[in-house]
Amino acid sequence: MQEFDLVIIGGGPAGLGAAVAASEQGIKNILILERENKLGGILNQCIHNGFGLQLFKEELTGPEYAQRFIKMIESKEIRYKTNTMVIDLNRDKLLTAVSKADGIFTIQAKAIILAMGCRERPRGALNIPGTRCSGIFTAGTAQKFVNIKGMMPGKNIVILGSGDIGLIMARRMTLEGAHVNAVVELMPYSAGLTRNIVQCLDDYDIPLMLSHTVTNIVGKDRLEGVFIAPVDENRKPILEMEKFIPCDTLLLSVGLLPENELSKKASVKLSPLTSGAEVDEGRETNIDGIFACGNVLHVHDLVDHVTEESYIAGKAAAKFLKGLRKRSYVIDVIASEGIRYAVPKYINPVNIEKDLELSFRVKDICKDHYVSVYFDNARVTHHKKKILTPGEMQTVKITSEMLSTHSHCRAISIRVEKE
Amino acid sequence: MYDVAIIGAGISGMSIARELSKYDLKVCVLEKEVDIAMGTTKANSAIVHAGFDAKPDSLKGMLNAAANRLFDQLSKELDFHFRRNGSLVLCFDKKDIEHLEFLRQQGIQNGVPNLLILDKAAVKEMEPNLSEDVVAALYAPTGGIVCPYEMAIGMAENAYENGVEFYFENKVLDIKKSDDGYRIITDKNTYISKVVINAAGVHSDEINNLVSSNKLNIIPRRGEYCVFDKEVGSYIDKTIFQLPTKLGKGVLVTPTVDGNLLIGPNAVDIDDKDDLSTTKSGLDEILNKASLSIKKMPSHAIIASFTGLRARTEADDFIIGEVPDAKGFINVAGIESPGLSSAPCIAMMVKDIVVEILAPQEKANFNPVRKGIPHFSEMSNEDRQSLIAQNPAYGQIVCRCETVSEGEILSAIHRPLGATTLDGIKRRTRAGSGRCQSGFCMTRVLDILSSELEIKRTEVTKFGGESRLLVGKNKEDV
Ligand SMILES: Cc1cc2nc3c(=O)[nH]c(=O)nc-3n(C[C@H](O)[C@H](O)[C@H](O)COP(=O)(O)OP(=O)(O)OC[C@H]3O[C@@H](n4cnc5c(N)ncnc54)[C@H](O)[C@@H]3O)c2cc1C
Ligand SMILES: Cc1cc2nc3c(=O)[nH]c(=O)nc-3n(C[C@H](O)[C@H](O)[C@H](O)COP(=O)(O)OP(=O)(O)OC[C@H]3O[C@@H](n4cnc5c(N)ncnc54)[C@H](O)[C@@H]3O)c2cc1C
Repeated sequence: MQEFDLVIIGGGPAGLGAAVAASEQGIKNILILERENKLGGILNQCIHNGFGLQLFKEELTGPEYAQRFIKMIESKEIRYKTNTMVIDLNRDKLLTAVSKADGIFTIQAKAIILAMGCRERPRGALNIPGTRCSGIFTAGTAQKFVNIKGMMPGKNIVILGSGDIGLIMARRMTLEGAHVNAVVELMPYSAGLTRNIVQCLDDYDIPLMLSHTVTNIVGKDRLEGVFIAPVDENRKPILEMEKFIPCDTLLLSVGLLPENELSKKASVKLSPLTSGAEVDEGRETNIDGIFACGNVLHVHDLVDHVTEESYIAGKAAAKFLKGLRKRSYVIDVIASEGIRYAVPKYINPVNIEKDLELSFRVKDICKDHYVSVYFDNARVTHHKKKILTPGEMQTVKITSEMLSTHSHCRAISIRVEKE
Repeated sequence: MYDVAIIGAGISGMSIARELSKYDLKVCVLEKEVDIAMGTTKANSAIVHAGFDAKPDSLKGMLNAAANRLFDQLSKELDFHFRRNGSLVLCFDKKDIEHLEFLRQQGIQNGVPNLLILDKAAVKEMEPNLSEDVVAALYAPTGGIVCPYEMAIGMAENAYENGVEFYFENKVLDIKKSDDGYRIITDKNTYISKVVINAAGVHSDEINNLVSSNKLNIIPRRGEYCVFDKEVGSYIDKTIFQLPTKLGKGVLVTPTVDGNLLIGPNAVDIDDKDDLSTTKSGLDEILNKASLSIKKMPSHAIIASFTGLRARTEADDFIIGEVPDAKGFINVAGIESPGLSSAPCIAMMVKDIVVEILAPQEKANFNPVRKGIPHFSEMSNEDRQSLIAQNPAYGQIVCRCETVSEGEILSAIHRPLGATTLDGIKRRTRAGSGRCQSGFCMTRVLDILSSELEIKRTEVTKFGGESRLLVGKNKEDV
């Protein structure tokens, strides 16, 4: 059995950022474990640009963004193992991993950062009826075929779901020579970033069919087409208005789920709202010394936010290893009216040096509404927003002054208000 | 020239093939699809029924309970997953308890041991997550669950090891009587055999009708299912049936041997024997009906749905035997439920007929044992370590949800009657059958198939035919 101060599970942007941050705080004995053959996570297949605008003020591609962090990992001589899958973890921070090179091995860590990313929801999650022919892929799988393998999964495409990956793939498939018939979205709004709707659909005249869904899948061997129908206000398909679109490929971009199998094994408490761990301000879970960041914690739209969060987790893990992190009286963070979820779930005011950001998503699109923060019953901030959409993660700032003013506060709640 | 040609590589054909491989016979299997178990055998409830359902004077009644007893030994010899989890038939109305008693008596006549009628308290103690509306249940401790395609593949590999020849992608189009037997014409070739066994599932009427004037007519009856994530796989432990009522037959809720939860099937007669689609109304129906049995339907955890087709005939029983107007032509037709449970005894019954016709010698060197693919996910760390030391490919995980290693995938391809398609890999290793439904491993498995079989990536299919996954290279059409 080997021993490490800090083991990071997952070498995507979250894992890499956390490793860099912990190393900058003087933690030396760090190991990153990654099951793919190289570091970088999902970024390796995101060859489009638009990464790093916030962090580096530059438009980078996914691999370029990852490369900046891989360089830092190399220059800080942080150790990592690729082609290595972590298969077990317990609450005592003992983990088991496997690889061709090392076989099965166990590591005792003093602290762990979970950075396993997320997975795409498959067809079954929607229970779409029809046949089980070939030609149905998640958008991320198609992205991997096209961007990593240089192979086309189909030529005549319908995309279900307007999440960012679906939008990006609409453009990619078009550029690679396929015809994209439509992007079909159940909700009356897109789950993706506005910039992606403009740059990936509008610029290529690809129709976005809001309040529609796929009702049937047709094809014996390979997909021959799909039926789509509009949905009513309860999201039930109006079958009288069903119509057939011939196509050879259906791409699904119907949501991402944090990949928390290992977290569960370690008894990490998960939130039903985010499907990720419940964490405090340092992204520490209910298990001492186990932290989480990136898409395994909650699904992010932008990698820049993943990196910011990974720094928080990396620094907090370093503090934990130095015995400087405290658990004290906690304040709950509550996703109140109009808010789907907020991260972190609770905060230990003693650990807050300066300011603190809360991330959240709204439940529905709202225009000209206010985002308010309450300390118990006192409204402390109140900002008007032109538009709030569930597709774009928002943040509010909590300052240390606010915390000291409301030093006996039990809960901070975020609300969307009309006025 | 063959002694016996078996048409169809489902559980019936494969059990028969294995049984006949114990004899000095030249046997071949003709199958229209690319792999074993691609008909009804891949899509059913996977229950090894205890055997109280069918009338004692029917073939179903006679074969089921007897075959049930053989599963412990068979699953050991052939290394497939089988678990005697027991079954419960739930009764929701005091007035219906007499029907439970009727089933119990019928079971006793069929030779089913240890049947018990339990009151509500006993049922709830056994299965706390059952609905409060249950008033009593028939408990059959010998009921079991099995992996039907793994079982068929195990039978097939063992038959192959003992000399049976296999011809896939050979669809039987015609059969002609000749002096020395039958000429079987497929879309690829012609095979001559003394004895022909028709185990063609929903198509067994068509095969029968090629040689006999005693026509059969199979009406495919669709049954739809939902499979749930392993996260809810232990919500219940026993197979839960509903007592048939005036309203219909009810649907079952069961764990699978792999640890998932399964619900279904409904029953709808259709006219297309190749129509394996699921329908919105069917899936709604099974979800609604299954909700009667359990406290809470974990609908959020559905990972897949599928359809199986029952080979329904007017006879309402298995049709097994030599056809009077075609000597040497043996029907194994209308094998609907409990065909899977009865397969070992169906095979013995057919073997007896063949032995009577051909009077073969028993083989001295028959090997009853088949070793399956070692499953990384089921091993201790010590076993994993020694396996990886022998073959490092077992240290590379390809399917994250089911923890399937590259070594298992390579073994699935290179063993006798190995996998040639994505679904073939899935059925042998479970790669792609977990919660992400192959989103993660599809690209890898496709690469492995392409390099190991030395075919282009665009030639790799999901399940043969035109079910290709990739259509070309980027920018070919730009
Ligand atoms: C398909 C897709 C397209 C995207 N496109 C954009 C975009 O255009 N612009 C943008 O700003 N953001 C985009 N994002 C979002 C952004 O890239 C992600 O939010 C970010 O990559 C998440 O980082 P992460 O490190 O949390 O997860 P990931 O990048 O997914 O990294 C997780 C890593 O953990 C590894 N891992 C998981 N489990 C184990 C284990 N048991 N053992 C060992 N290793 C393990 C995985 O192999 C993976 O490398 C996209 C996300 C996806 C999924
Ligand atoms: C909904 C449902 C639920 C069931 N549940 C259970 C259960 O829980 N327990 C149980 O015991 N039984 C159950 N059964 C029954 C069981 O699944 C079947 O009895 C069994 O699988 C039949 O196997 P088979 O080999 O006869 O047919 P199949 O598996 O259909 O095999 C027939 C084979 O013949 C091939 N074939 C057909 N035509 C030709 C041709 N012209 N040339 C070459 N090859 C051909 C097909 O491709 C196929 O591979 C269920 C059935 C259904 C439909």
